Amino acid sequence: MGILEIKDINKRFGGLQALGDVNLSVEEGTVHAIIGPNGAGKSTLLNVLVGKLEPDTGSVTFEGRSILGLKPHQINQLGISRVFQTPEIFSTLSVFENVMIACFAKRDGAFQLNPLASISNEKDIHEKVEQMLLDVNMADKRNDIAASMSRGDKRRLEMAMCLAQDPKLLLLDEPTAGMARADTNNTIELLKEIEEKRGITMVIIEHDMHVVFSLANKITVLAQGTPIVEDVPSKIKGNPKVQEAYLGGAHE
Amino acid sequence: MDAILLQVLNGLDKGSAYALIALGLTLIFGTLGVVNFAHGALFMIGAFVAVTLQRVLNLSIETVHADKKDFLGNPLKVQTTYVETWFGESAGQLIIGWSVPLAILAVIPIMLLIGFVMERGLIRHFYKRPHADQILVTFGLAIVFQEIVKAIFGANPIQTPAPDALAGVWNLGAWLGLSLPYPAWRIVYFGFSAIVIGGVFAFLQFTTFGMVVRAGMADRETVGLLGINIDRRFTLMFGVAAAVAGLAGVMYAPINPPNYHWGMDFLVLSFVVVVVGGMGSLPGAVLAGFLLGILESFASTTWATTTIPGINQIIIYLVAIVILLARPRGLMGRKGVMEE
Amino acid sequence: MFGLDKVDTRTFLFVVAITLLAPFILNPFPSESALAQFNAGYPDLMQRFVIFGIFAIGFNILFGLTGYLSFGHAAFLGVGSYAAVWMFKLLSFNIVPAIALSIIVAGLFSLVIGYICLRRSGIYFSILTLAFAQMSFAMAYSVLSNPSFNLTNGETGLQVYASDPQYLKGNGPDNTHLFGLEMNSTATLEIGAWAFQFNIGFYVCAAFMIAAFYIAMRIFRSPFGLMLRAIKTNQTRLNYTGLNSRPYMLAAFVISGMYAGLAGGLLAATDPLAGAERMQWTASGEVVLMTILGGAGTLLGPVLGAAFIKYFENIFSKINDTVLHTWFSFMPESIENFLVAIIYPFVGKGWHLTLGLMFMLIVIFLPGGLVDGGMRIWNRITGKNRTQADPVADPKPAE
Repeated sequence: MGILEIKDINKRFGGLQALGDVNLSVEEGTVHAIIGPNGAGKSTLLNVLVGKLEPDTGSVTFEGRSILGLKPHQINQLGISRVFQTPEIFSTLSVFENVMIACFAKRDGAFQLNPLASISNEKDIHEKVEQMLLDVNMADKRNDIAASMSRGDKRRLEMAMCLAQDPKLLLLDEPTAGMARADTNNTIELLKEIEEKRGITMVIIEHDMHVVFSLANKITVLAQGTPIVEDVPSKIKGNPKVQEAYLGGAHE
Repeated sequence: MDAILLQVLNGLDKGSAYALIALGLTLIFGTLGVVNFAHGALFMIGAFVAVTLQRVLNLSIETVHADKKDFLGNPLKVQTTYVETWFGESAGQLIIGWSVPLAILAVIPIMLLIGFVMERGLIRHFYKRPHADQILVTFGLAIVFQEIVKAIFGANPIQTPAPDALAGVWNLGAWLGLSLPYPAWRIVYFGFSAIVIGGVFAFLQFTTFGMVVRAGMADRETVGLLGINIDRRFTLMFGVAAAVAGLAGVMYAPINPPNYHWGMDFLVLSFVVVVVGGMGSLPGAVLAGFLLGILESFASTTWATTTIPGINQIIIYLVAIVILLARPRGLMGRKGVMEE
Repeated sequence: MFGLDKVDTRTFLFVVAITLLAPFILNPFPSESALAQFNAGYPDLMQRFVIFGIFAIGFNILFGLTGYLSFGHAAFLGVGSYAAVWMFKLLSFNIVPAIALSIIVAGLFSLVIGYICLRRSGIYFSILTLAFAQMSFAMAYSVLSNPSFNLTNGETGLQVYASDPQYLKGNGPDNTHLFGLEMNSTATLEIGAWAFQFNIGFYVCAAFMIAAFYIAMRIFRSPFGLMLRAIKTNQTRLNYTGLNSRPYMLAAFVISGMYAGLAGGLLAATDPLAGAERMQWTASGEVVLMTILGGAGTLLGPVLGAAFIKYFENIFSKINDTVLHTWFSFMPESIENFLVAIIYPFVGKGWHLTLGLMFMLIVIFLPGGLVDGGMRIWNRITGKNRTQADPVADPKPAE
């Protein structure tokens, strides 16, 4: 029984079958990549997992608990964090404040009415934020306004926010899309480090095969909304079905 | 039966005004992505174009009558309007009488001009600013328009009569065997609005320009990619929306004497109409405009107002709340318009 | 001190000092001089400064922090006034129960309206709040004023009559008072040519404003305030960080509604009447202008903006053509007449035109408001690139 179990998910948009009978099991502690040609349904699947879309049929359970119908913030509170394709951060706030919000969300839950509490009294939170910033090498940027940073740093910050919540599962939506090679490699290093140090389960949706094969210990190939192969990386490369899916579809 | 039909008719003229204003609001919002809080003021300005034209046509010179004397025995002084001196008495009086319909000719260029200047001079610089800024700056402009009109025309409503031929009462139901006497001008207003609405839809449906606009409303990202002269189209679109509001105002003047705070009165209700119809939906705006107009007229009957005093003034808001709670996107709203 | 850090404590003490010394500061010209018309140190006007300061401080908690632009906040102010006058009619002229009730009623009212309006965001939210305010206005003006059920007394406005029960009045004063201290009693201190007025009503309202400012300051520095600023910046990230934006928004809306209710209650406490016109869109627009003029999202901005607008409203409304002619009488007559003709439309009854223009100019050229503008000028002069003492000050509202 995996930490995340996806069973018989179907999703139609009008006449288009976006997802058809998707079954997927993500084992705890693994880095599970989902790949596939454009339009294979990767993003739709991700949106189902985070509660943005509701599937027509099927079930999604996280640690044995159904998460279908839950709102994004509820799913997050269960321990699933998401990294977006374009980094979603609080761009007008400082780096420190960004991470601090994540720490508060982890400690106080989805809503806490404490309008008269003082941030400066929150010693624990401050310490945790400092630690987080050290972990992702951003301590020197703590007072920078997030909007002013490079894309690579924004990605780092977003990752720091997700990690600050000690997630059980990290969902990454093309974490290196649009990045320069150097930034991509940095991101890979960061993710490897996270995996080694914290052992967080990850689901990565990715185009870049270099990223996928550097990180994943399991790969699912999606084509036309259905998983066609699931295997370890070494066996994916030679699989004729995978080659057909990529060559038959829009080759990249 | 007669009574019900009468209330429906009563609702049509106000509904027409709501529909026309809401149509313009939706056009501007759909293409330019700007919420124009000054749109009601454009409607009000339209009405005051009619007032102005009536005053201009009534400008007169004082002449001394050739042989008549007043009761003191002095030569009688008479006021003759310029129009009468130029076109002869009967033709002149006809022109003065028909000043409201004539104002249509004046209002189109005036409103187009105001629209162009507004878009080029102000709105354009706000496309990339947050919605709150757009709302605030057009809100400020609405106050400025309103206060200028107040400074020129004063605070009191100004009677602006319809042409004599159309000022009477038509019995509409005669051919149905019903007795349904109804002020002629209101029927004219409804007919006129129907033509304007039809015109706008035809323009959007059958011209290339309209096609671009519709494409833009369906998907604002793509319209940007169409590239060529999109700026000019935006300006023109704003002008058209302003002209529609102006036309709605000019013809409304005989129904209700215009005053300077018309703009905000109608704007708030037109916004409700837009929201009920579904933001970004042109048919929705028109449908909701008539629907709420008719509803308001039913709420204005003696029966309704004695049961719940003042219901006519809040019915639209109440219905809007109920509709929004049941269908947050409005009657014909599409997903994704102004969300997140 | 007071749970604030050093800079904040300084700001707070500064506000306290300015407020308490207002009768001196606002009265710089001798009573008999020609410039005395520019004095603002009389009770009525000073009361309005602090009351509308409270209104704007509250509005800023919603608009400044979350970026949600409400166009209906005057409704809460109006409701507060009605609630207070009802307490005067039923109990006594003591302002304590009146103000307590106005805060509670405005809080409940904003809870209901906020719950509905916050189902939508952005423009929808602005339009919905505007519609609600206009509906409240219509209800106060006519629906809730009829022979069988007269809650608002319609056009005349709600006021206290001799025939009202006033169950707890006993031998108490016939004017609004705080446990016997009459709100309209004023002590005058004459020093040379100056006459300084110290009014109980002003000091009561000032005490409320200082408390209101203090609470706002704490909110700005709390995790709650941080979440509100996060809502303004990126609601998607907020939701995916496990936070539910809806209750945060609703709480901010209700808090700012209660501030408006307090302001309405104080208006009634200084002058025991309540009218529907307090709820109209113009009044809602005015508080928006106060906030952006001073600087939305800054601590001092709203108070500054409120004082600025109320001061100029007062001065401008007093100027008529006679006054203008005296001003320019030193010039040749043709130039004098010309200047008067130019300026006249903007003063006196034309004050609203000036207000509208000011609205546009501020939004176009100074979106950060006076605080931001002042800061920029200060930085230019000192040549320093000093960051603002107030980290919240951010001229760009949310998308």
